[in-house]
Amino acid sequence: MVAATSKPRAETPDVIAMSDVRFVWPGRNAFSLAVDSFALPAAKRILLIGPSGSGKSTFLSLICGIVAPQSGRIEILGTDITRLPASARDGFRAEHFGIIFQIFNLLPYGTVIDNVLLPLSFAPNRRKRATAKGSAEDEAVRLLTRLGLEPNLTRGHSAANLSVGQQQRVAAARALIGSPEVIVADEPTSALDRNRQAAFLDLLFTEVAEAGATLIMVSHDESLAPRFDQVMQLDEIATSRQGADP
Amino acid sequence: MIVLRLALQSLRNRWLTATLTVFAIAVSIMLLLGVEKVRAGARQSFADTISGTDLIVGARSGSIQLLLYAVFRIGNATNNITWPSYQDIASRPEIAWVVPLSLGDSHRGFRVLGTTPDYFTHYKYRQTHGLAFASGAPFADLFDAVVGADVAAALGYKVGDRIIVSHGLGAVAFVEHDDKPFRVSGVLEKTGTPVDRTVHVSLEAIEAIHVDWQSGGRVPGQSVSADDVRRMDLKPKAITAALIGLKSRLATFRVQRSINEYRAEPLSAILPGAALQELWGLVGTAETALKAVSAMVVATALLGMVTMILTTLNERRREMAILRSVGARPRTVLGLLMAEAGVLTATGIALGVVLLYAALLVLQPYVDATYGLHLPIEPPKPAELATLATIAIAGCLAGLLPALRAYRLSLADGMTVRT
Repeated sequence: MVAATSKPRAETPDVIAMSDVRFVWPGRNAFSLAVDSFALPAAKRILLIGPSGSGKSTFLSLICGIVAPQSGRIEILGTDITRLPASARDGFRAEHFGIIFQIFNLLPYGTVIDNVLLPLSFAPNRRKRATAKGSAEDEAVRLLTRLGLEPNLTRGHSAANLSVGQQQRVAAARALIGSPEVIVADEPTSALDRNRQAAFLDLLFTEVAEAGATLIMVSHDESLAPRFDQVMQLDEIATSRQGADP
Repeated sequence: MIVLRLALQSLRNRWLTATLTVFAIAVSIMLLLGVEKVRAGARQSFADTISGTDLIVGARSGSIQLLLYAVFRIGNATNNITWPSYQDIASRPEIAWVVPLSLGDSHRGFRVLGTTPDYFTHYKYRQTHGLAFASGAPFADLFDAVVGADVAAALGYKVGDRIIVSHGLGAVAFVEHDDKPFRVSGVLEKTGTPVDRTVHVSLEAIEAIHVDWQSGGRVPGQSVSADDVRRMDLKPKAITAALIGLKSRLATFRVQRSINEYRAEPLSAILPGAALQELWGLVGTAETALKAVSAMVVATALLGMVTMILTTLNERRREMAILRSVGARPRTVLGLLMAEAGVLTATGIALGVVLLYAALLVLQPYVDATYGLHLPIEPPKPAELATLATIAIAGCLAGLLPALRAYRLSLADGMTVRT
């Protein structure tokens, strides 16, 4: 199952196991990425360091199942998502992933609550978990409060006039609602100043730990490294190049 | 459905462009349905002008021409029917009633019709409606005239007023029958037909005003006073046309054929309905052109909507990436954009229908009074509903263009949030 990794088969499967992955973006500016072998153990905080242009977005698109490689295996929580049809991959992502972008995380015309509840429309199991103790709205408010969003900004408030820091908290609540197994954060703190960065990470770490999820954070900022269980260099995992030949 | 709600909120976020798009569609729908309403109204109005008349007889000519001058007062007769021929036809056993019509004079732009008092009982419009007097009575005296509702309204006539009839048909008369003035004996109720714009006098009166005339002018040195004329023989020499009612409709074609083959002089007998059908055949091309133009206006409005959605796509790539990241399928993105096109089209159609009926309510009395065109306010016909449904489907399909582009973009963007 995780043949490409040197580790013996554990009770809980690796969060991610990739082997012999070859991927080329379609279109004119072909960009290719190759991963020979990569494994990520569960329930950890992992920092992936990669300068811009090192194929971060492509790597994340692959593990989230937004794109499928031309060849190779990508196992997420023991499921080879390259064998799933595209719509099943979308459903898999909805159930098992919470994703935080660098910036522009929210639909500006929606309310804060609607933005947080958005993934539940595509993930019935996450909806079940989110509504185990009450309504999904209550769970959203609980998460937002835990993440330090002012109470007057939660219910009925439009997402359009939040500050960047507030937007990132709402995005974190959206990623965490319904307790998905994997939280992927793509430079979530790069738009924040140092103090806010630290505060945001503290809250994020606490909530991720409470949910028992694995946090995969991507950044070019190596100074964050001491706060993570494991730090990996993306260019050691994957080789990327401009051109159609991976 | 949180996704659908967000889609609507997204639309509301762009309310100005969305509203303008909806209005463009609404106006095009209004035009499309309005053209159809006017077309149907005009046809109905023509068809309603003459009812209960089985045959119209005139000098030999095309049936459309005979119909137009005899009933609609459009154009002129090429020739007359002599009085003996008229009486010969009127005495046929199949004929229940016959009303002679004599045209050729006018009163301040309105046509003067010489006829008999039978006209007021036998002329029918809108299936069963007969002529009714708003005031006064049919002409009894030689120099009595009955005016239609529009004539009375336009010229301010009431019973007892004196009027002068002009020779010929122009609004500005050069030769007037001013030596023989008429008295208004009655004013007719509004009918919405050319009757409203007609001055009715007796056949004898038409004869009387022309007694001292020859070849369209007064004979110099020869003047007959109005009193002298009363003592003269005023039996008409000719009439322009005649309306005929038959005892049995089964006899229609037999009578028509015998009139068409009348030996004493060349005559034509036409069925009003058949002549109208011929007329529609003639104006059908123009109607089709009007329909085509309004259909193109609808297509233009839909194109405008597609353009509007396409221009917003770039700024909405963020929206797509977020939706994809939380697990939305590309199909969902496609569906959302098509739904947006569908909502815009449906709203435009609904608004267009509302605007049309509002316009009808406001303009109906004016159009009726000015053009004699009655536009009925009635629920949309099945054919119109089918047209609207077709447009709604076309709107959704037009939405496919931006939707497919968004689909491709969202696949190509992957996890990248574009700004």
